Amino acid sequence: MATNPMHQFNVYRIGPEIKIGNIDISFTNSSLFMVISSVAILVLLNLGAKKNSLIPNKIQLMAELSYGFVSKMISDTAGSKAKPYFSFIFSLFMFVLFCNMFGMIPYSFTVTSHIIVTFVLAAFIFIGVTIIGFLKHGFGYLKLFVPSGVPVVLLPLIVVIEIISYLSRPISLSVRLFANMMAGHTMMKVFGGFVISLGIVGGWLPLSFSVALTGLEILVAFLQAYVFAILTCIYLNDALNLHH
Amino acid sequence: MTKKFVFYLNLFCFFTFFKVLAADEGMPQLNPEFWISQIFWLTLIFGSLYLLLSKLILPKISNNLEIRKSKIAENIEAAEMQREKSEQKLKDYEKIINNAKNEAKIIFNQAREKILIDINNKKDSLEKEIDEEIKKVEEEITNLKNKSSEKINKIAIEASSDLIKQVIGADVNNSNISAIVEDISKKNEGKGYVN
Repeated sequence: MATNPMHQFNVYRIGPEIKIGNIDISFTNSSLFMVISSVAILVLLNLGAKKNSLIPNKIQLMAELSYGFVSKMISDTAGSKAKPYFSFIFSLFMFVLFCNMFGMIPYSFTVTSHIIVTFVLAAFIFIGVTIIGFLKHGFGYLKLFVPSGVPVVLLPLIVVIEIISYLSRPISLSVRLFANMMAGHTMMKVFGGFVISLGIVGGWLPLSFSVALTGLEILVAFLQAYVFAILTCIYLNDALNLHH
Repeated sequence: MTKKFVFYLNLFCFFTFFKVLAADEGMPQLNPEFWISQIFWLTLIFGSLYLLLSKLILPKISNNLEIRKSKIAENIEAAEMQREKSEQKLKDYEKIINNAKNEAKIIFNQAREKILIDINNKKDSLEKEIDEEIKKVEEEITNLKNKSSEKINKIAIEASSDLIKQVIGADVNNSNISAIVEDISKKNEGKGYVN
């Protein structure tokens, strides 16, 4: 029995070893939970989109509410120009949300608790946003690093800071999600371990903590998906509407 | 007491946490063994999720929302039209009622006037008849009065001639008597009748 709280983050192979050349791309438990999350999203939304009644049923309402939620988020933060990127941000939000939420099921695996997964998503967003910015504004996109209304003396310093903050975006975006998920799950595992080690007499306190943490973690799972999506919108807003 | 306990529990938890982190296994996240596999499957699964959502499902949902929006707008429009219609109907109804009231008033007034005229006519004709009757009666009365004096004269003459005959036993000329009677009656006339 794994009393090690980090044991839950182990990635292991499911099924045969798949190799392309020297590279191992075997199907793992991480891939399994990605598939489960994606299939759940597709099934749920497809059920919600299939029947179009004037008064929506529960599943349809859920699909339409999530659609409206994301579309409002995008139009509020990035304006109407961001409409072509709606499907991407919607998929991103739903994927992260469902991965986080499936991670809340005991004995399951949290895809987003791995830095490599969140980093790939964040890097893709970072590169995509940068490309969009340069395509929209050409070299004028570099004005992003030169805020207006700054004294000339301070300008070199400000530009350096702006460039560093811009380049650290993918790291902060990915680490925020990964660290939140990992810390939360580790905490829960640790408290779960206390329940066992303190036994029937003293186990109630960590158990109540564990229960409270579960609620908190569900909140965090939603919140981090929301933060991930809204930061993507903000970065997209920078690329689409150059304000500086 | 409980506060102290919670504090020590937290402390214990804290140290265990770091002990575990420092253990042999460390963080599986930093083990690059399955990094390529995760990147590959993430790209594949997220890519297909994105494609399926953007090509199949999201257009359906947005279409549904559009249809609902337009339907609701249509319904609101229809409701607005119905409301206008009903207001028009109400106005028409009020107009009809007013017209009917006015007509009724006119008819009532006409009828009243007619009746008043009728009543007046009847009254007039009745008064005329009554007047005529009164006149006739008065004439009769005057006639009677006039005739009565003559008759009285005659009666007086006859009576006096009879009396004279009885008393004297001789015929007296009627003309003499009548002259005397007329004389007396003329004297009385001067005094006027006492009715």
